[in-house]
Amino acid sequence: MRRAPLLSGLSIASIGVSLFIIGLFGVAAHNVDQALSGAESRVEVVAYLRDGVDEELVGLAGAEVEGYPEVESVTYISKVEALFRASRELPEFSDVFSDLEVNPLPASLVVQLQNRSRTPADAERVAARLAGYGFVEEVRYGREWVDRLYRIRRVVGGGVLLLGASFALGAILLIGIAVRMAILARREGIAIMKTVGATEAYIRRPFLAEGLFTGLLGGGVAVLLTWGAYRTINATLLPLEWVPVWWVAIGLLGAALLGMLAATRAVRRELKKIDVF
Amino acid sequence: MIQLRGVHKSYGGVQVLNNVSIHVRKGEIVFLTGPSGAGKTTVLRLVHMQTLPTSGEVRVSKFSSKRIKRKDLPELRRRAGFVFQDFRLLENLTAAENVAFALECTGTPRAKVGPRVQKLLGQVGLAARARSYPRELSGGEQQRVAVARALATEPFVLLADEPTGNLDSRASAGVFDLFRSINASGMSIIMATHDADLIRRHPEVRVIELEHGTVVFDPFAKTDS
Repeated sequence: MRRAPLLSGLSIASIGVSLFIIGLFGVAAHNVDQALSGAESRVEVVAYLRDGVDEELVGLAGAEVEGYPEVESVTYISKVEALFRASRELPEFSDVFSDLEVNPLPASLVVQLQNRSRTPADAERVAARLAGYGFVEEVRYGREWVDRLYRIRRVVGGGVLLLGASFALGAILLIGIAVRMAILARREGIAIMKTVGATEAYIRRPFLAEGLFTGLLGGGVAVLLTWGAYRTINATLLPLEWVPVWWVAIGLLGAALLGMLAATRAVRRELKKIDVF
Repeated sequence: MIQLRGVHKSYGGVQVLNNVSIHVRKGEIVFLTGPSGAGKTTVLRLVHMQTLPTSGEVRVSKFSSKRIKRKDLPELRRRAGFVFQDFRLLENLTAAENVAFALECTGTPRAKVGPRVQKLLGQVGLAARARSYPRELSGGEQQRVAVARALATEPFVLLADEPTGNLDSRASAGVFDLFRSINASGMSIIMATHDADLIRRHPEVRVIELEHGTVVFDPFAKTDS
């Protein structure tokens, strides 16, 4: 690094900027994930009941449903309570609700799922079992909505992976060029090392270390840039949550490994050119 | 000790050596001579296994060109020191640092490097110039530093490629005297040279003459096919 400070600095900056973009996507992905988890917690299965069902029977069925492994809680909403909630949640229609002679709203069982069961498959399974009760007229659980949530998560995750892979490739090429230049600058010394009998491992070591540190420093620059961007967006645009510390640790470790991988590739190719054997 | 048997070497279809057989015994000193392009440097490079024969075999101590692997090269090269015509010293290092460089990169413990450098520079008569950079040394002195560096790994043979080619006659004589003293300690030396005066002044030294890639004179020649 000391021999070609400009090139090394350029490599670190380029890697930093490349990884910064991944970092930004990481922050975005994390916040989308958080938002999705919040939305997921509101996923519930609602069984609308036929009119005139015996409440005692419904209570027994509710207790049975609560025993399902996917279910966290079951709440019975009577016809009266349903009307009360509707007029409270839709105050603009309060006159309509108060003038009604017959309550048109059905009673229902609102089923909250366990955290681990807020998946399309589990929601569908619970809905199917509820539909099996004779007093249940209709079951709704926002199937499309749940599916869409998962699709968004997959697309965001895939996008981050794809972008990460492209930038990782760019970073490998950059570090490779920097290491190649470093080898060229030390060509004479390497030739002497080979002449006097230095081992390949000894000759490679400083270049691998250089790749590792370039990657690590680039990763550090990316973390700082991402942190700066996160703070700015947080203060001016919208509240965001910083990524978990282990994401940062994995990012830095990944950057260091990436640097070493790139250096290994470059060193293997360049050192062979110096030795005719 | 060092043996070339029926060696052919071609570079890109051009034959550089043609059925060369040479045997250098332990403790022997040999002039390898011939006009430019005769194949002297190629012989040295083959012995140092910087390149491999197209056919035939090169044997250096326990190493054979037919079986050597990449991982064996460092050990072979520590056992066969190499000196170049253009010295190839690292310009940004002092004489002592150039010698230390060879010791450090071949795994000599740090504590032993300093005393060993002093001893080696003393052996080539340059103890007083340890802190001089190559640009501050004469050609002869630079070549002595290069010899000290080649001796750092305690080789059994010293391969010298036109070591006096860039030196005046006085410096040449000095470097050759150094070779004689090294040879007196039991080390074999193969010196490629086309300095006819130097060869004439030392009739006691075995001469192997190459021409167009073929051995045309060798008092100990033995035909190999």
